[in-house]
Amino acid sequence: MKFKSIILHLFLIITGLLTFLPFWWMVMASFMPEGQASVYPPRFFPNPFTLVQYKLLFQRLNLGRAFFNSLFLAVTATGISLFFNSMAGYAFAKYRFKGKHQLFKLLLSSMVIPAQVTMLPLFLMLKSMGVINTYLAIIIPGLANIFGIFLIRQYALGIPNSLIEAARIDGASDFQIYYKIILPLCKPILITLGLLTFLGVWNDFMWPLIVLTDSNMYTLPVALANLMGEHTRDPELMMAGSVITVLPVILLFLALQKFYMSGIMMSGLKE
Amino acid sequence: MKGIRLIHKWVSPYQLFLAPALTAIFTFFFIPVLAAFLISFTDFDIYGLADISTVRFVALDNYVKLFRDPLFWQALKNTFYFVLIAGPLNVGISLGAAVLLNSRLVKLKSLFRLNYFLPVITTLVAISIVWRFIYHPRFGILNYILHIIGVRPIDWLGDPVWAMPAIIIMAVWKNFGYNMIIFIAGLQNIPQSLYEAASIEGANSLQRFWYITLPMLAPTTLFVSIITMIGFFQLFTEPYIMTQGGPLNRTLSIVLYMYREGFQWWHIGYASSIAFVLFFIIFLFTLIQLKFQKDSE
Repeated sequence: MKFKSIILHLFLIITGLLTFLPFWWMVMASFMPEGQASVYPPRFFPNPFTLVQYKLLFQRLNLGRAFFNSLFLAVTATGISLFFNSMAGYAFAKYRFKGKHQLFKLLLSSMVIPAQVTMLPLFLMLKSMGVINTYLAIIIPGLANIFGIFLIRQYALGIPNSLIEAARIDGASDFQIYYKIILPLCKPILITLGLLTFLGVWNDFMWPLIVLTDSNMYTLPVALANLMGEHTRDPELMMAGSVITVLPVILLFLALQKFYMSGIMMSGLKE
Repeated sequence: MKGIRLIHKWVSPYQLFLAPALTAIFTFFFIPVLAAFLISFTDFDIYGLADISTVRFVALDNYVKLFRDPLFWQALKNTFYFVLIAGPLNVGISLGAAVLLNSRLVKLKSLFRLNYFLPVITTLVAISIVWRFIYHPRFGILNYILHIIGVRPIDWLGDPVWAMPAIIIMAVWKNFGYNMIIFIAGLQNIPQSLYEAASIEGANSLQRFWYITLPMLAPTTLFVSIITMIGFFQLFTEPYIMTQGGPLNRTLSIVLYMYREGFQWWHIGYASSIAFVLFFIIFLFTLIQLKFQKDSE
């Protein structure tokens, strides 16, 4: 038993280190002076340690602007979609109306449609609305999403009807019930969905690449991809850019890990 | 307040709750899907972008052209190569990791779990850039590690034979943690009594895995396989950043081809037909997997 346990741990540690290695190298290379990440054998520690790549990115390459764009878009899109999804999820969970189950099924089954199918018409649509290359081009397609509605509904199903009825007897309006009772009770799932949405918007690449055409509007992934085109031979600089992009989501994830995990597990549950 | 009361007479509250989300989804999802379908039967291109009246209905021309387009077949082949190798590899490794981490012998479970999971949440563009340097034939750390164990250097992203395996390795590394979490949840739902009963009857750990764990996990495995496959069919960012579809178009994926045709050459009608073929393939594969599951039950 003891021997088995040691082997198991050894295996987990080695594969764990290998999994972590790309992150290690990314962070270390980002602190290296120019050229130090392009040597053989490769170095795993910077010497001397320098912040020159970060300075270059923020002072000369305008990455601060991309950081702001990403942050602003992720926060705004998350806020709006939480509001829309939670109302719809609540309605699907707690109201009875004709065609509810068919409607919900239709929504769920349309989740197999890949987003790429919508991209060309959506682009034409947003172009005719004159919002290409604005924040709206990112926010509008993400106003609501089916998975979010599903997640909220699953959670809201567990809220006892008696709570809602009691509030109704006390004279609360439907919106008051939603706002004062449902939303507070749904807080854990709202955090989960908020985190998932935030990460989704922050990490998204293809859609921002299509609709954001001006470098002032770029989100971090688009700015990074663009930078890569000009700095193929500057691994240190590109690693610093990657750290700036990845670090916020890692920190956010570490802070809210519990909610994220429960969200994934819920998505695995069937009806 | 009076306004709200007035509205209440005409619509029920649930309709007000549903309206914003459903309107958004209908307008910015369902209508575009329908529009893409219609556009795929037209010759919508850069002239159509300037003047919509130049767009003509061409029936199945785009699909016929697609069928004869060697680049499309290449993209199709590459995408299947990616999905059929990376998909099972991903599911297998995540199941293995979940089983190991579920073992009672393991200490610091949450730390290992976090470690394996970290790549999942990180930004794919940044990660692809990191791996592009990791795969560097001369200075990359991967070839250095391989050198230590006696493997000759590989031009990962420059060699037509190795470029797709390189993308597969990265994609599996990036994604297996997600399925691992779902498998761990599935494993914890298997009643312990089953294992105890099997142990009493003398089943070894391999037999217990084969006759209890795997069948009990079948619904989870199906779910995981479907979502993994749907995600992998949409391969785009990795080749866009790491290889631009090369070398010799060996990493050109369906979505990358659609992106080029649609958003670089503005062959909007043609690109729409590519998108629909992708949809059709994903749909078909989902059905096949569901059917497969039903048959085995």
